[in-house]
Amino acid sequence: MPDAPLKILVVDDEGPARRRLRELLDDCASALPLLVVGEAGSGREALGLLGTTPADLVLSDIHMPDMDGIELARHLLKLPVPPVLIFTTAYHEHAIAAFEVHAVDYLMKPVRVQRLLAALQKVPRLKPLSGARLDRLPAAARRFLSVTERSRVVLVPIEEVIYLKAELKYITIRTADREYLLEESLTKLEEEFGPRFVRVHRNCLVARDAIRGFERHVSAEGDAHWEVLLRDVPEALPVSRRQQFIVREIGRENEA
Amino acid sequence: MRAIINQKDDSPRLPELRNLGTVLRILLAVNALALIVVFIREPRWEALPRAWFDVAAIVEPHLLASLLLLYALAPWLERLPYRTGAIVILALTLAVTFALDALFATLGIDEGPAFVLRHSAFSLLTTGALLGYFHLRASALSPAITEARLQALQARIRPHFLFNSINAVLSLMRKEPRRAEVALEDLADLFRVLMKDNRQLTPLADEIELCRQYLELEKLRLGERLKIEWHVENMPRDALVPPLVLQPLLENAVYHGIEPSSSPGIIAINVFLRRGEVHAVLRNPYRFTGNHHAGNKMAMDNIRERLALHFDAEASLESRAGKDSYEVHIRMPYRVPARVEGAHA
Repeated sequence: MPDAPLKILVVDDEGPARRRLRELLDDCASALPLLVVGEAGSGREALGLLGTTPADLVLSDIHMPDMDGIELARHLLKLPVPPVLIFTTAYHEHAIAAFEVHAVDYLMKPVRVQRLLAALQKVPRLKPLSGARLDRLPAAARRFLSVTERSRVVLVPIEEVIYLKAELKYITIRTADREYLLEESLTKLEEEFGPRFVRVHRNCLVARDAIRGFERHVSAEGDAHWEVLLRDVPEALPVSRRQQFIVREIGRENEA
Repeated sequence: MRAIINQKDDSPRLPELRNLGTVLRILLAVNALALIVVFIREPRWEALPRAWFDVAAIVEPHLLASLLLLYALAPWLERLPYRTGAIVILALTLAVTFALDALFATLGIDEGPAFVLRHSAFSLLTTGALLGYFHLRASALSPAITEARLQALQARIRPHFLFNSINAVLSLMRKEPRRAEVALEDLADLFRVLMKDNRQLTPLADEIELCRQYLELEKLRLGERLKIEWHVENMPRDALVPPLVLQPLLENAVYHGIEPSSSPGIIAINVFLRRGEVHAVLRNPYRFTGNHHAGNKMAMDNIRERLALHFDAEASLESRAGKDSYEVHIRMPYRVPARVEGAHA
């Protein structure tokens, strides 16, 4: 369908900025069929909207509360058909230098209508940003993990995660309420979230805050091992021999 | 028209005689000098306390009497041209010497005319040296004040704010041209202050007005997320403060306290006069986001430096991070514009 209008979602935490972009998009509408399908005030809101209203293009600010533009880009990749993303930013901050290096598309605010139109005309030829390219942008740790369920992106706030356990192809995310399946690498998650999690086993990261204590078990054969006890969930997780030092380390922190 | 503060930056000025920094410097210098005299006169280690006592008995009454006199006469002295002022101060020193020596004589400690002569020479030389020191210090600092102006320019206004504000004004152009006009006027006023010569002190009321205009612009783009609580009913409107002493702090408050959250946050501004000092307390919500504290520190250091240049030890800037709020407290001496002849009323 070459003539289907380009479906656009506008994301910015500042109302006037969204309004300005809509006006400019209206100006472009005569040159290029387009449809603004919605507006969102943060990356999080945008993902919610995209669950019900698919878009071809997301125009997103970078600096936003709750979820910034770069994190939004990562979660968008979990959608069955990820939209193209073009960043909008008011200032040439250091992130922008990296954008140029890795050919990530962006528009400077205030946006000129000609620039916007040129960007829109390019969209059919653009591909969604790959995860590999996003990895190279300077970014803070994500605030959410995201999984795809029934073609929707479900966000799991990082502070609700009790543990992450690698099993075969997937990682199980455990929260107080339920489990989710995530397709990412445990090592990369450990790097990204640093001190929030502690590795208790080759295949398992546990949230430091969630640790209630440790328990020593002696098997019938006389082998002893430690298990970590967690708040909000009944299961205890084994601590591997290699990671046993954490029992003392965290035990000491809890006493202090 | 408001009185213009007539501060000729090029001509030398007497030190501010009521400034704690000046008083401390004089006390330290004179005592250090007296100590050196003691060390030179008394080679025996064990006799030093005794020798110090002898010298202090003469130096300290003189020093304190002179400081008190200068403190009392400060407002009058500081209005004199530099040369006359310096001569008057030297004459006062000499008068104190004679008066004290006369007093000592009536108490029966008459040391003879030779002593009076030496005493006078010592006090004149010391006072002269101190005047020279303060003169040098002032001229050493005045390029620093020029520098401070430049720094003030650099530390203020994140480009991020400028471009976002212009974008917000653009968004008003088509549907609310009148609001766009007001916003552009605010922006113009803000930049007028940013670009002017900021070496001279400015009335507090002007700084507060500037803060209001700045916050109006921020409100335009942040809407309901930005709430302001003003407590400035009791502020001394005429107090002289360094320009842009509060605005950069408000910019920090918006950047660190309001922008990181999508829910509304309150910035509280409290300015008041207490015991002859101007206090400004700014409070904003504090959400630890971990990464952008460098800009905050830069603005604070800049303001602290400018406060020191203008008020020496009499001003301070302190900040405190609580569990979920961040507070900056500025303390400045209450200065009012001097009614200098030739200044516009």
